[in-house]
Amino acid sequence: MQKTVSLTVNGKPVSATVEGRTLLVQLLRETLGLTGTHVGCDTSQCGACVVHVDGEAVKSCTLLAVQAEGRAVKTIEDVADGDTLHPMQEAFRDNHALQCGFCTPGMIMSALDLVKNNPDPTDREIREYLEGNLCRCTGYHNIVLAIKAGAAAMRGEKQAAE
Amino acid sequence: MTEIGTPAIGTPMRRREDYRFLTGQGTYTDDINRPRQLYAYILRSPHASASVGGIDTGAAAKATGVVAIFTGKDMEADGIGGLPCGWQIHSKDGSPMLEPPHPVLANGRVRHVGDPVAVIIAESLGQARDAAELVQINYAVEGAVADVSEALKSGAPQVHADVPGNICYDWHLGDPAAIDAALKSAARIVKLDLVNNRLVPNAMEPRAAIGDFDRATGEHTLYTTSQNPHVIRLLMGAFVLHIPEAKLRVVAPDVGGGFGSKIYHYAEEAIVTWAAGKLKRPVKWTAERVESFMSDAHGRDHVTHVELGLDAQNKFVALKVSTLANMGAYLSTFATCIPTYLYATLLAGTYTTPVIYAEVKAVFTHTVPVDAYRGAGRPEATFLLERIVDLAADELGVDPAELRRKNFIPTDAFPYQTPVALQYDSGDYFSTLDLATKAADYARFEARRAEAARRGKLRGIGIATYIEACGIAPSAVVGSLGARAGLFEAATVRVHPTGSVTILTGSHSHGQGHETTFAQLVADGLGIPMESVEIVHGDSAKIPYGMGTYGSRSLAVGGTAIIKAMDKIIAKGKKIAAHLLEAAEADIEFKDGQFSVAGTDRAKSIGEIALTAYVPHNFPHEELEPGLDETAFYDPKNFTFPSGAYVAEVEIDPDTGRLEIVNFTASDDFGRIVNPMIVSGQVHGGLAQGIGQALLEGCVYDKTTGQLLTASYNDYAMPRADDLPSFSLSTHATLCTHNPLGVKGCGEAGAIGAPAAISNAIVDALKEHGVRHVEMPATPEKIWRAIHQQQLAAE
Repeated sequence: MQKTVSLTVNGKPVSATVEGRTLLVQLLRETLGLTGTHVGCDTSQCGACVVHVDGEAVKSCTLLAVQAEGRAVKTIEDVADGDTLHPMQEAFRDNHALQCGFCTPGMIMSALDLVKNNPDPTDREIREYLEGNLCRCTGYHNIVLAIKAGAAAMRGEKQAAE
Repeated sequence: MTEIGTPAIGTPMRRREDYRFLTGQGTYTDDINRPRQLYAYILRSPHASASVGGIDTGAAAKATGVVAIFTGKDMEADGIGGLPCGWQIHSKDGSPMLEPPHPVLANGRVRHVGDPVAVIIAESLGQARDAAELVQINYAVEGAVADVSEALKSGAPQVHADVPGNICYDWHLGDPAAIDAALKSAARIVKLDLVNNRLVPNAMEPRAAIGDFDRATGEHTLYTTSQNPHVIRLLMGAFVLHIPEAKLRVVAPDVGGGFGSKIYHYAEEAIVTWAAGKLKRPVKWTAERVESFMSDAHGRDHVTHVELGLDAQNKFVALKVSTLANMGAYLSTFATCIPTYLYATLLAGTYTTPVIYAEVKAVFTHTVPVDAYRGAGRPEATFLLERIVDLAADELGVDPAELRRKNFIPTDAFPYQTPVALQYDSGDYFSTLDLATKAADYARFEARRAEAARRGKLRGIGIATYIEACGIAPSAVVGSLGARAGLFEAATVRVHPTGSVTILTGSHSHGQGHETTFAQLVADGLGIPMESVEIVHGDSAKIPYGMGTYGSRSLAVGGTAIIKAMDKIIAKGKKIAAHLLEAAEADIEFKDGQFSVAGTDRAKSIGEIALTAYVPHNFPHEELEPGLDETAFYDPKNFTFPSGAYVAEVEIDPDTGRLEIVNFTASDDFGRIVNPMIVSGQVHGGLAQGIGQALLEGCVYDKTTGQLLTASYNDYAMPRADDLPSFSLSTHATLCTHNPLGVKGCGEAGAIGAPAAISNAIVDALKEHGVRHVEMPATPEKIWRAIHQQQLAAE
């Protein structure tokens, strides 16, 4: 069954005809060509597909596209300010918090959600928050450093990379 | 020789590839869509062992959007070959291994859960998946065997009719009479039975493949998630689809992690390439994660008995190892060399053990094929060796660090010929152990153990040292051992007319940061800014040739190929400079991007030389061709031998078996380090996978049905951020003696050394409860049972 869904993606209104079973992540990747949001599993465990829906971090494989009707979705493609990286993205680069890059968009979107709710997280809080984001390359060590540094930068403080 | 040692090398340069990954602009295979693209859904066997009576595709073929359905019969009719194995092993008696066919699509029989049976191709993936539900397959289910020990029992289900007893080969290394004599002479023999648990590599990007066919040129293109696109072109073109290399392009774009699992030529690559040619439309396949679990090659899965003999002075005098290695249902591309030449040859470790013997039976079972996974043979060797050394220290009542030092290969003994074929070129095991034990405050551990005991906790500390053979490999050596491929690397250095440089490398980056590290080499080697260097990899249409990235070989072999090509550029540049400067070629020096006449200020920059090479108005035409573009192939003279020492400290709650890693210290010798930031990242990732093996990860099959019980992230325990500690790292370099950079490789170290360090720490924590060994993954349940084993046995 085909349905039309209208929503805002990265600040722009979009409208698309989708199947009832189409997931939000499929709408983003396949219909809208926003391939920065990735699919790493079928069971909503890996977090590679995390986007923001109305400002909250959501695994876009857990939402049907039609459930996003009228919502505002933000993806990794809209995090940088033009060519200038967001402080969290900059912190990931500065702390070598990414290797293959596949989990990275979901990690960044989750990190931004964490820092929004907890502007100065401890290592333990970061590690616990990242339960829903799998990374196979980094061992998380540098991701924890990056999120601390990114949070500090977002608070207006500077934190030297190790 | 290119001048090495100027600024870029040794600097933690931020990665040039990060911008695209951080902004969602990476191009992974599933991000690519071709015009008029179709979608493939692969129907896989739900049974571990069954004969396939008939496949009725009638209803499915009529379903909406379906374009074609193919089975093994269709492939057979087209003369499609089976998936090849790249390494032939010979058994003890000299007979070649048994190598049963590995059909692309099963034909008449399925041998593991996930064995591909049919492919449904439709206008959309949803339509293909819907139609797959309508395919009727008449399976006659038969008995299955998943466990290696079970598979060797008489009466066990047979995986292949022409492989009696399920034995692929029965191989050995060393002299059986010599080992028996050496063990007989030993003052003490320490014995252990252990399992090296089966793992699923789980790169975060699932495998994907797109086949494309150009009717106008007759050229096939395969986009695939591969660590080595040229190897795929060779294997698929020559052995499976019979397409000449000139008509087959293989592209491996951004690849989201590999860890070995994306080395091999997989059925799906052949299916989409072949189907695209038949249908004259692009065909795309992307694995669901459950398919990754049941079709990506798995790792490890050994059952081993080990005996270590020591003399009265606690020197190791003999090591005997008997291993059963699970091959799975078919031979994956490099499966056969992993438990032999990448395993038994590492059993000397960091020690002077004079007599070593290993025998390995490779066994077929009704499980997913097993092949190299990060470390590949070396983690298995290190695990058994470092466990038995710790057990020996415990039985002797000596400090495990001291026992290791007593048996280390002396620092002045290099080059050191081991009794198991390898010759180590350099190393200093004392320094890395000292660094690691100091950083871990090993000397004052007993005070921490006592303090933990006062809190009711069991605290343990564990050491592991490791050696690995990387930079694979000298082609002549591996050829003599059964490899059906060479293991050199190729690179082109293309200096453009206005001085920018493109590097075409046969290495492939899937997270390793080659675009940065290789650019550092070139910036220093040619004396130009990094911004002037572009690194191109992953496309057989652009790159002359390549053997790809695995076995921590990229910098040692691929990087050296770049150095060799730069040497040719500089040699030609000197001739051009001599002509322009009217000087003798022998008087031209090259440094920091300048060709100068020695002892004068007369010089030409590399940019001026490049312009002259492409606008050759004033040029030595009699002597030289125009252009400044050189290719080098580099075949290494030896393996490289990274080594190191790891110390793990754990605390266990005896009431729950719950374990916390309170400290993890790694000290590694990787030779010269080009980018320390990237190297640290590689160690972190390896440690996470090693700790994952030790504590969390285990691929489990139902022993009687062969059903895969861990086929999703709900069932297979991937290490998460809150499972792991932060790591304390250090390095101590002894340079590799046979490559110009002195580099050794760092990609696999963590996964090799960590499992034994963690396991030794656990056993140390539990030794007061009489525990000698805890199998991996050491889950809280296993640890709790180990603590309470005597009590449980009494009940």
